[in-house]
This record gives sequence, structure tokens and C-alpha cells, in this order.
Amino acid sequence: MAKYLLRRFLQLIVVSFIISVLVFLLVHLLPGDPTTQILGANDTAANRAILLKQLGLNLPLWHQYTVWLNAAFHGNLGTSYLNHFTVTHILATGAPVSIELIIISQFIAFSVAVPLALVVSRKPNKGLDNISTTTTFGLLALPPFVVAPILVAVFAVGLGWFPATGYTPINQNLAQNIHEMILPSLAITAGSIAVYFRLLRSDLITTLQQDFITMARSKGLSNRRIMWRHAFRPSSFSLLAAAGINIGSLIAGTFVVEALFAMPGIGYALVQAVEQRDYLVVQGISLVVAIAFVIIQFIIDFIFTIVDPRVVRE
Amino acid sequence: MPDDRDLLDTQSSDGMLANRIPMTAATDEAILDMQSPAVDPDGEPLKRKPFGVLFWFAVGFISIVVLSAVLANLLPLQNPDFGNYSSLNQAPSGAHLLGTDDLGRDLLARLVFGARVSLIVGFVGVLIGLVFGGTAGLVSGYRGGRLDIALNAVSFIILAFPAIVAVIAIVTFWGASLVHITIILGVATIPLMYRVIRASSLSFAQRDFVIAAKTMGATNTRIVLREILPNVIPVMVTFSLITVAGLIVIEGTLAFLGLSVPLPTPSWGNMINEGTANNALSTDPWIMLWPALFMFLLLWSINLIGDRLRQRFDIREGVL
Repeated sequence: MAKYLLRRFLQLIVVSFIISVLVFLLVHLLPGDPTTQILGANDTAANRAILLKQLGLNLPLWHQYTVWLNAAFHGNLGTSYLNHFTVTHILATGAPVSIELIIISQFIAFSVAVPLALVVSRKPNKGLDNISTTTTFGLLALPPFVVAPILVAVFAVGLGWFPATGYTPINQNLAQNIHEMILPSLAITAGSIAVYFRLLRSDLITTLQQDFITMARSKGLSNRRIMWRHAFRPSSFSLLAAAGINIGSLIAGTFVVEALFAMPGIGYALVQAVEQRDYLVVQGISLVVAIAFVIIQFIIDFIFTIVDPRVVRE
Repeated sequence: MPDDRDLLDTQSSDGMLANRIPMTAATDEAILDMQSPAVDPDGEPLKRKPFGVLFWFAVGFISIVVLSAVLANLLPLQNPDFGNYSSLNQAPSGAHLLGTDDLGRDLLARLVFGARVSLIVGFVGVLIGLVFGGTAGLVSGYRGGRLDIALNAVSFIILAFPAIVAVIAIVTFWGASLVHITIILGVATIPLMYRVIRASSLSFAQRDFVIAAKTMGATNTRIVLREILPNVIPVMVTFSLITVAGLIVIEGTLAFLGLSVPLPTPSWGNMINEGTANNALSTDPWIMLWPALFMFLLLWSINLIGDRLRQRFDIREGVL
């Protein structure tokens, strides 16, 4: 197992390195010039040249890259050209918001999808199964930018149960924080619930037809024990893989809800930085988000080796 | 290298996972989910489930949306960009069937013209992915060797990158126009199409009928086009449909963030965004409601058609 994980870890390093190159090139090869943003459109070419030199943007690309990467290794991702916050500061204030959104939404998704799948898979194609299969199929067609405004219209504007916008840091007022987090988290949960439920359900149905389940039944084990101890684990592989992959669409989801609910998360900061051509902020956030994404895949792989030791032998 | 067909039997039969992940990393499991052998191993005739009412409703809805988007200029619609300041924020009425927005523009006209953006990005984007990614996957799955190893590695690295971040950055620096967005999303689809079609092509490359064709002296081009391609088409069709839905979602997300086709050109995403601005959700909720409803119905229809076609092609579902 150690060998397998080591190999995956080396892959992680290589991929992270390539990501850093891609992020750098992405931002630098595209048209658009930060000097226009800083100095305005009417400043002289000479002033522009001085500023380019100050920012180090006149150096050859590979040189700029090595300077940036070297600093990044020392925890310095640069400073915003526009508001003079450091990129690490922007990340440190934004990350808790985005991470909390994702955690709450995944908590909701799993606590709805897993029990529901365990219940309906015992009687496939019957009443409750048909209802939940149809409903979750509908949820798949509800991306966050469709759900979020509807949730606001119904639960914030109409019923007044939740605030429509606003964010209170978690360490200031926990209850207030959770209250404000519920609608945005729900908005990015719909798709996760659907995907997790459908995968687990169809895998459970397959597992429950296996001989070892019949064996467990004939031993007289309770249904609860059969479902949780015998059927769940071998049926959870696709679910795990999906959870890892789903992070990608969750990132997109947080961008949407952070914009709509005015939450100061990473996604909101990235969209703003992109609009203002704030090179270093875009670069820094993209790098950290991309590497976080790869690390999450790695963690999922690690959990895989525990749930299904067979993957190591491959 | 595990035999793909062995893996296939252990996979779940739910292909909807791919719907949520069109632009992110795809594991082989997700891809093989889409895989479906075109022949019944027992040689028994396939029992075909009828498509059902919902399927035809979905087909009908998509046909109406596509037709009206194509013929928008010929339909008796009002100018989607014309703001009538004497009829702002009107509820649906005889003069404006779906009402007007905060600039007095007719929502029905904007909805119909806005459909063009979603449809073009979705279908043309997938076409780009199919032409390049599909061809590469078909050939490299059949040929194997160094080309296969190299393309595989490249596709993995690209898919390791959360595409939404890259797309947002490129769109803003390059400029958001319909052509740019379609190209960017199309290109982003290439590695995904490559992986899916390659997995499918690989599973047919060593089958008896391919070996037979080889021993009879068929050229590689002929084998790929006449023996492999027809078997890969079911996977290609179902996966393409799911990817169309995925691209429409991404364009909608960009539009909602104000990073897609610039105003005043309508798109369903920017209409939803406009419907949430300036407290419109509390005073005039229908401005957001129509594009949201149509977006839901369009995605639902595409997903449903993809799902039913997959069931039709998939023999494992029949046993279940």
C-alpha cells in the first residue's frame, strides 16, 4: 500500500508542478495589461514602462515564472496590484467561507442521499424508489444559478425565514453564521444529492443480488446489519469516486452563491480579480484552488485503499 | 492494464455522474459507466423498453426550443433589445405574454433569442470536442502504443485542472463573445471526449471481428471507420448529450457571473442574473422565473433523452 500511495504522491507532485506552469502561462499569455488597470487608459507610455519594470513584468517569461514560484514556496504569492492586500491574506480570509459552504452542502447531501438509497434499494422500482428516482433526476437539471435565486425568492423574500444576503464570521456569532449559510449551501447541494443517491442506489441494488448477502440473510442477521455492515461498503466505490470528482462542480457552485449572497469567499475574490486583471491574485487563487483540487483527489484515493484494498494490487 | 470489459461488469449502471462532471477530472469508472456493449453476450434478442411519454415530451420540448431559436427572426416577436420605458416590470399580459423586465424589454422575445446562446454553446462546443477528442480517442484506443500513452498522460493532466477556473480566466482576458466562449468550452471538452471514446474504442480493439478484419487485410482506416466506429457510436451519442447539458450549465454559470456574452444580448444565464438584481426578486420575480424554468426544462429534457438512450443501448439494465 505504501508503494501505491508513494506512486500516487509522486504523480501529485508532478501534476502540481505542471499546474503551476499552466496557471502562469494562462495569465501571462493572454492579452490584457495590468498597467491599464492601475494607471488608467490615458497615462503615458513612459510611465507604463516604469510601472512594468517595478512590477517585474518586463523580464523574460521564464524568469518571471521562477521568481514567482520561488516566492510561492516561501509562502509569498505576491500582492494585489489594486488594493495592496497580499494574495495569502485574500486566500486566508476567503477560504474559510468557501470551505464552510462546501462542508455544509456535502453534509446535507450525504445525510439525505445515503439513508434514502439504503431504504429504497431494498425494494427497487416500488413506490418510494420511483418517487425518489424521479425527484433526484429533476435535481440534476437544477444548477446553482437556477436554484439559488429561487431559494432566495421563496425562503428569504417570500417567507422571510433566512437572510437574503450577508455573512457573519464563524468566530463572531456561530448561530448567525449557520443561519446565513443554510440557503447558499442548499443551493449547491441539489446536484450532489442526486449524483450520490443515484450511484449508491444502483450499486446497492447490484450488491444485494450477490451470494454473500443471501448468506448473511440465511444466518438470520437483521436487515439493518446487512445493509450497513455487508452491503454498504462494497457499494460505496462509485460514491467515493463521485464525491472526489464533484468537488469541481462545487467550486463552480460556490462562485455563483458567493456572488449572489454577497459572501466574501475565494470564488468571489477570483471573479473580481479576473475582472480587474489583477494578475497575481488570479494566479495565486487559481494555483491554490487547482492544487487543493488535486490534493482532494489524492485523499479520495487514500480512502479508496482503505475501503477497497484491491486497488493497491492493480 | 486491467481489461476494460472486466471493469465494466463491476461498474454501476448509473451514467448520470458524468452529467455533473463534464469539465472536471473523469475517472475511468465514470467513463466506463457510459460504456455499453452493442451486442448481447448470450445472443438472446434484446427486450426493448418503450421510450415512454416523458421521453417524447422531452423531444418535443427540445424541438420547440431549437425551432424557435433558429426561426426567431421570422417569428412575430418584439425586438428583444428594445426597451419600452412606459411598460417597465410588467406582469404577463396580452401585450407581453411573459411580461417585461426592468428596462421594459419583452421577456418572451429575450427568452427565444437567449436560447440561441445556450444551444450554440452546448451543441457546437460538443461538436468541437467530438471532432478532435473523438477522433484522437478512436485512433489511440485502437492503435495503442506510444501515442496512446502520451495522449493519455496529457488528458489526465488537463482534467486535473478545475476547468471553471481556467475558463473564467481565459474568457475574461480573451474577451467574452459567443464565438470565444464556444471555442473555449469546446476545447475544454476535448480531453473528456478523448477519454470516453478511447475507453470504448479500446474495448473493441481486440474483439474477434476486428482481428478477423485485420487477417482479411483490411486497412487500419477501414477498421477504425467500419468496425470500431459503429460500435462506439452509442456511447458517443449518450455521452455527447450529457456533455451538452454540462456545457449549457457552465455557460449559464459564466453568464450569471456576468462573464459570458455581453449585454444587451440576451442569454438565459444573464436573464436570471438580471432578475436577481435591484431587489427584483421581491418585486418582479417572474423576470428570473421564466429563464430559470426554461433552463430547468431544457437540461431535464437533454438528461432524460440521454438516459433513455443509454438504457436502450445498455443490456445490463435489462437484467436488473
